[in-house]
Order: sequence, then C-alpha cells, then structure tokens
Amino acid sequence: MGRALAVFLWLMTLASVWMFMSGRWWFPPSITEHGPAYDRQFILTMIIVGIAFSGAQIGLGYVIWRYGARRNERERAVYSHGNNRVEMICTALTAVVFIGVGVMGQQVWAQLHFAKAPAGSTQIKVTAQQFQWSFHYPGIDAKFGRTDPTLVNDSAANYTGLDEASAEAKDDVVVPILITPVNRPVELIMTARDVTHSIWVPPLRFKQDLVPGLNISVHFTPVKTGKFELACAELCGQQHYKMKSFMLVLPERDYREMVAMPPAQFRTRMTELVKAYPLGITAQ
Amino acid sequence: MSETVQETHEIAATHTAAHGAAVHHHGPPTGFIRKYIFSIDHKIIGIQYLLLAMLSVLVGMLLSVLMRMNLTWPGTSWPLLEVLFPVGAAGGVMTPEFYLSLVTMHGTMMVFFVLTTAPQGGFGNYFLPIQVGADDMAFPNLNMLSFWVTFVGFMVLVLAAFVEGGGPTGGWTGYPTLSAIGGKLNVPGMGSAENRWMNGQSLWVVSIAIFCVGSLLGALNFITTLLNMRVRGMSLMRMPLTCWSWFTTAILALLAFPVLLAAGVLLLLDRTMDTSFFVPGGLSDGTRVLTEYNGGSPILWQHLFWFFGHPEVYIAILPGMGATSHILSTFARKPIFGYRAMVFAMFAIGLLGFFVWGHHMFLSGMSPYTGMAFSVLTLSIGVPSAIKTFNWLGTLWGARIRFTTPMLFAIGFVSLFVAGGITGLVLGQTSLDLSMHDTYFVLGHFHLVMGVAAIFGMFAGTYFWFPKMFGRMMSERLGKIHFWPTFIGVYAIFMPMHVMGIVGMPRRYASFQEYEFLRSLDPLVMFVTIAVVITVAAQFIFWYNFFWSIWKGEKAGDNPWEATTLEWATTSPPPHDNFGGVAPIVYRGAYEFAVPGAPQDYVMQTTPDAEQNEIRQVGGIGVTGNGHNGHNGHKH
Repeated sequence: MGRALAVFLWLMTLASVWMFMSGRWWFPPSITEHGPAYDRQFILTMIIVGIAFSGAQIGLGYVIWRYGARRNERERAVYSHGNNRVEMICTALTAVVFIGVGVMGQQVWAQLHFAKAPAGSTQIKVTAQQFQWSFHYPGIDAKFGRTDPTLVNDSAANYTGLDEASAEAKDDVVVPILITPVNRPVELIMTARDVTHSIWVPPLRFKQDLVPGLNISVHFTPVKTGKFELACAELCGQQHYKMKSFMLVLPERDYREMVAMPPAQFRTRMTELVKAYPLGITAQ
Repeated sequence: MSETVQETHEIAATHTAAHGAAVHHHGPPTGFIRKYIFSIDHKIIGIQYLLLAMLSVLVGMLLSVLMRMNLTWPGTSWPLLEVLFPVGAAGGVMTPEFYLSLVTMHGTMMVFFVLTTAPQGGFGNYFLPIQVGADDMAFPNLNMLSFWVTFVGFMVLVLAAFVEGGGPTGGWTGYPTLSAIGGKLNVPGMGSAENRWMNGQSLWVVSIAIFCVGSLLGALNFITTLLNMRVRGMSLMRMPLTCWSWFTTAILALLAFPVLLAAGVLLLLDRTMDTSFFVPGGLSDGTRVLTEYNGGSPILWQHLFWFFGHPEVYIAILPGMGATSHILSTFARKPIFGYRAMVFAMFAIGLLGFFVWGHHMFLSGMSPYTGMAFSVLTLSIGVPSAIKTFNWLGTLWGARIRFTTPMLFAIGFVSLFVAGGITGLVLGQTSLDLSMHDTYFVLGHFHLVMGVAAIFGMFAGTYFWFPKMFGRMMSERLGKIHFWPTFIGVYAIFMPMHVMGIVGMPRRYASFQEYEFLRSLDPLVMFVTIAVVITVAAQFIFWYNFFWSIWKGEKAGDNPWEATTLEWATTSPPPHDNFGGVAPIVYRGAYEFAVPGAPQDYVMQTTPDAEQNEIRQVGGIGVTGNGHNGHNGHKH
C-alpha cells in the first residue's frame, strides 16, 4: 500500500508539473508596459513553487516507499526526537527564499500604485453599475463635465449623472467601451454607483475593485493595439457573469482623431471599430 | 529546584483531588433525552458536532455537484431540480441567482458548519478532556449550550435557503454594499424595501451571528479545560500535539469570532434599519439617489470580515495539523520529530494569522502601502508552515510505517497541505495578485489547503478515533477503497483550477459562455466535473462504513493501534467520567515509540517508569519538555 501511494505521489507531481509547463493553459500575451515584469516575477515564483512542491511530494513518496513496515517485523524505528541543526537550516533557508521572493513581488505593485499617473496621461472616468460599465471621456477640452448622482437616470441613458448643461460636458461622451491610445499612460478614475465591482482585462495583468463612495485612481500603459474582453471580477449580483465589455487599444492617431469628434460621431466610430477589430492583439 | 517541583506536585495533587470531587457533579444520566439529546457529556456533544458536520458536508458537497452541472452543461433542464426548487430552477434550468445561492450556501455550510465544527467541536470536544486526563470539560452546561446554539445557527441557515425569494446570494464573504442594499436593487435572495427580515440574506447574517456565539462559548471551555484540568504529570510540553492544536484554535476562535459577530450585527442593522455602517452616501439605483444612506464604508466590512476570516482558515486547518502529527507518529512507530518546534510553529501560525488579513484586500481600494506590509507578513507565515512539513517528513524518516487507513489520510493531509499551501507564495504577492485575485487560482489554492487538507485531517481522525468512540473498528478494507478515489479525485479537481485561474477564469460566474478567452478551458471544466462526480460518489463508501461499523464493526480493544496517549488508557468507549473514577498519572511525553530497551515498541504516557524516580527528577507542570528530558531513564 505504501509503495502504491509513493508511486501515485510521484505521478501526481509529474502530471501537475506538466500541466503548468505544457503551455496549453497560460496567460494571454501581455499588452502593458508592466506586463513583462509581471510575467517574469510570476515565472520566478512558479519555479520556486514548483521546486518546493515537487521536492516535498517526491520526498514524501521516498520516505513512505523506503520506511514501510514489513509484516511481523521485529526491528524498531529509529528513536529520535528531532535534530535542531537540520531544523534551523531548513527554517532559515525557507525564510530567506519566501521573504526574498515576497519583497521582489512588490516591484510591479510599487511601479503601478506608489507613483501617481505620469503627467499627460489620458484620463478616463469609469463608473460601474449592475451590470454594465460606463467610460467617460472628457472630449477635446480635456475637462470632465460635472457629475451629480441626483441626475442619474437610467431610462434616459444617463448612467453617470453627467450634468449635460455644464459647459465642460458639451464635448463629453459616455460609452460602455474602454478605449485608450497605445504607448501612452492611461489613468482611470473609478467608482461604483451601487455595489462593488472589479475591472478585469486578463492581458492587462491588472485588476482593481471599483468601490461605492470611493474614487480610486489607477494607471497603466498599454503597448499593443487590439480588442480585448473586459469582465467584472467582484460578485455584484445575479448578472455578474454577464457584466462584459471590451477594451479597445488604438494607434494614437486614431485615438486623437476619435476624441476630437462630437459625441454622436464618436459613438458611431466606436461601433465601427468594435466591429472591425478582431479579438486579441492586432499587428501594427 | 526540587522544592519547586515538589510544590508544583502538591498543587497538582490538590487540584486532582478537587477535580476528583467534581466527578460526582454529574453522574451518568439515564433518560434518553438527557443522555443523547441535551447531554452535558463532552463525548456525546463531540459526536453531536460530528454528526452535524457530516450532515452539513453532505449538503455542501451536493451543492457543489449542482454548481458543476450548471457550469458544464449551462441551460440544461434537470427535471428533478424542478421538483425540488420550482422557483430557483423553473423548468429544471438553474437561474444565475440560483447558482449564486448555491455558491453562498456551499461556502457557508463548508466553512462554518463543517470546517469549524468537526475538527474542534467534534474531535476536540471528545478527546481534549480525555487526552489531558479530565473527566469532562470545565463547563459542561456551557458545552451543551454551545452545541445547541450552533445547531440553531444551522437551522436558520437551512431556513435561509428555502425562504420565499430564494437563498442568500452574497457569497460566503457577504460583501456590502451588495449584501446590505441588494434588496433595494432587486437582487434576488436579498429581500426588498418591505421584506427586511425574512429573506435569504438577512437570515444568512443571523445564522452567522448565532454561529459566532456558539463558537465563542466553545472556545472559552476549551481554553479553561486545557489550562486547569490537566491530570497529574501532564505538563504542557507532555501534551499530545492534538491538544496544542485545539488550544491554539480555541484562542484564535476566542479572538476572531467576536469581531465577526460585531460585523454581522452591524450588517443586519444596515439591512433592516437603514443604518449606514457599510453603505456610503450618493448611491443610485438608476432612478433615485439612496438618500437614506450616508457615511459608511464597504471596505470596513472587509477589514472586519477578514480579521475574522483569515484566522478562520487556521481554525479550520490547525486541528488537522494536530491530528496528522498525532497519527503520523503513531503509525510511523516513531516519536514526533521536533515536538517543541511543532508547538512553536503552531503558535507562530496562530499569531501571524492575525496580521495577514489584508492579503484578501490588496485590490479593495485599501492603501497600496498597507497592502505591501500585509504581503510581506503573509509570506513570512510560510516559514512556520514549512517547519511543520519538514517535521512531518522527519517523523517518517527512519520509521516503520503501518499503512492503516488513518495513516493514509494523514499522509494525504501532508501532501495536500503542501500542494495547497505553497501557492500562497503566488497569491501573497501584491503584484501577482493583480492578475490572480478572484480567479480559479484562488479557488484551487484555498480548497486544497483549508478545504480538502482539513477534510483529510477529519477523515484521518475519524478512522483513528472511531474505535475509541464506538468500541468497534471501521472496516479497513472499505476505508482503503474510500481513500484512493478520494485522494486521486481531489487532485484531479483542484489542480486544474490553478491553470484555469492563470488563463483568467473569474470565480462566482454562473456561466463561462460569455467570454471567448475562456473557451480553451472547456475541456478542463468538463474534466473537473467528472472528477467531482466520481469523488463525491466515493464519499458514500465512507458514510456506509461509518454507520455500518457503529453496529456491525469488529469489536475494538482499549488500544487497537498500540498508541501511547491517555485516550487509549481507558476503555472503548470510555465510561461516563472517562477513567472510571481513577485519575491517570502521566509519566512521560506523548510520543514514546521505539524506545530502546522498552518491552514493546511503544510506551504509554501512563506506564510507570522502571526507575520510579524519573517523575521526581523532571516531572512537574509546565517545567519539562517532551524532548530528550522526558526520558532520562532510558538514556542512561
């Protein structure tokens, strides 16, 4: 029985390692500046995880293969209460590796969250609600029109409470698609109107909760053009799984051209582009 | 030195005498109701907790089968479901809100009524007093109360599932504002502006709050019993590691549950009285501003919830660690490797467990600097966890392993604990959480480590202690037939979830059909579902074995496993006062196997030493260690 268990542990280890290394199921290619650093840290961590996992499982398999009692065996086990030296070495080694990798694991985080968005970032306001997204572009004046929750009116398609009478709002446009230029830092200023949501675009290697009552500002820089699926990652109600949208990363010229358009034209152009772009990265 | 020891012994003796008198406080009850229903006997209460957990785990497991069915064959009509849930599954097709109530009920059942009740309330209740040589818990009536309060919590949760409007849909973490104002947003299962109390979500909160009270009472009892009622010679460092684990768990429960209780009360007030603890102002339902709310914070709930929730993970797993250590040593026929290190590691895990809750909240909107601090603390908790793993391997090194069913499950525990725990290294990093958060990677991680590993600890404990509890052995043959599909099955279920998470599959989705990027995972989704069905089916072998063996199992002797601790020094099952009125005396540490020169390969804690002076030399409460000091007699 012991030997069968040992063999199973080894086979399970092999199968698990294969599953992670086969490349059949892996991240979509990253499309952001911080993506490669993220991927490097992930792979480094997975190598450490893989070594620790395999080492422990293979070792466990070894001791149960090697030290099974035979029937009616007279000989006794080794009488030992432990070995402080081995204990100390293993503890120190683990501490250094775990905490070391943990400290390294703050790098991408710090880059994204400790620094403010660079000057000249493209600003977009995001409002999440059950079960749709609203992305608010400031238009050619680069100033957001005033919003007020008392003006929210879903039946009039005013999801963010934009005060259309205010001067800055004239050229503003609110659409359900996230559109950004490529190779320019993007700043999202995000809030939720009803319950907590979370914005999740896998190739971005980025996710952030949108919290009622808070304006959370985040930034990143897309470096590949294309169309990508955008999902909600925080349970927000019965249609949570359908709270889908797209992120469209455009060549900078196309983006500039688009934001200069009057709102109606912007919407038409957006619909065309969402149709025209296939899913995934487009070659530039 | 010797004077102090003498004094300690006198205190211990006085204590035992006083305690001996307490035996007569409650004689064995004779009526059925006092004996089996409202019993104050810790052994009966322990079995009651175990049966409650076995019922809950059955429900929780069947819910997970339903979830898998919906994920794998979305839109399919299941005629039987229509009969059971005419609203949630009208026409036999599960609605998304029905799926969410499955998710919520599965999580709540499993985390609270299985992982928290069986390891601590069940085995801890039954065996902690016996293993320290006491005749019962310190407060038997409180003990009875804690079970029945927990049971009321269970009944309220069941009610929550069947109440009009559907079961709770807020997930087991119940995040506001969804859980607070969901009713006003017409989310099913959340009530409405008129129905504030009798709806799934409110009853869910009430159930959790009641459960907190029950757990608190239990924790007080465990701590008092362990500190005050140890028998003569049972110094702290001679206790079985199971006792250490129940003790640590009780401390965690004592400190964590009040916080959840408070949070639950506040959430209930938000739901029923329009207070604004967790709901900020300026929210809109699309037609009007919810002016009744102002000034609350949804993140406050997350802090309170996870301040409880993270220690809760250790409340679930620590007793499993204790049982595993205990069982590994017994069937390895070898003393535990590094007893002291095991005790300290357990305490370190418990202590650090209170400083890492923020790793559930990196992306919540909390300050990123706070997130970084939590991240580094989180990774440091891997160190005591690794110590435990080394020591388990060290215990098996040079052993003479007997592969009984409890031993197979204990080895399974070690394997699963490593497999599940090690990915904490990924999730604990703020940077990597940016992608992994709320994906199936998280599901794979915590199901392996706090779900399945803890369950393996319980299986190991059940097969191991069953002969003591019922006086009969469970079938070894059926036990092994149960072990194999279970062990293979859980790996087949939860390993693929990690790669699903890497691809980006979000958790708590009623269907994956909306997203192209998840298409490559369809075969894995199917594979996992098949594995779930097989693994769940295999559990019925366990239930059959359990109930069959209570009446038909082979009769067990007092010490069928040739083990060393006090529970094996009394009859199977033990008499009402555990030791028949004679308090045992403890002469040595808990894991004296393979002692050179001893007549058998195990020396029980109660076996007097050949050299009677041993206890005078090194005995005494809280003075000696289990390690080398415990057996000077043998070393000379």
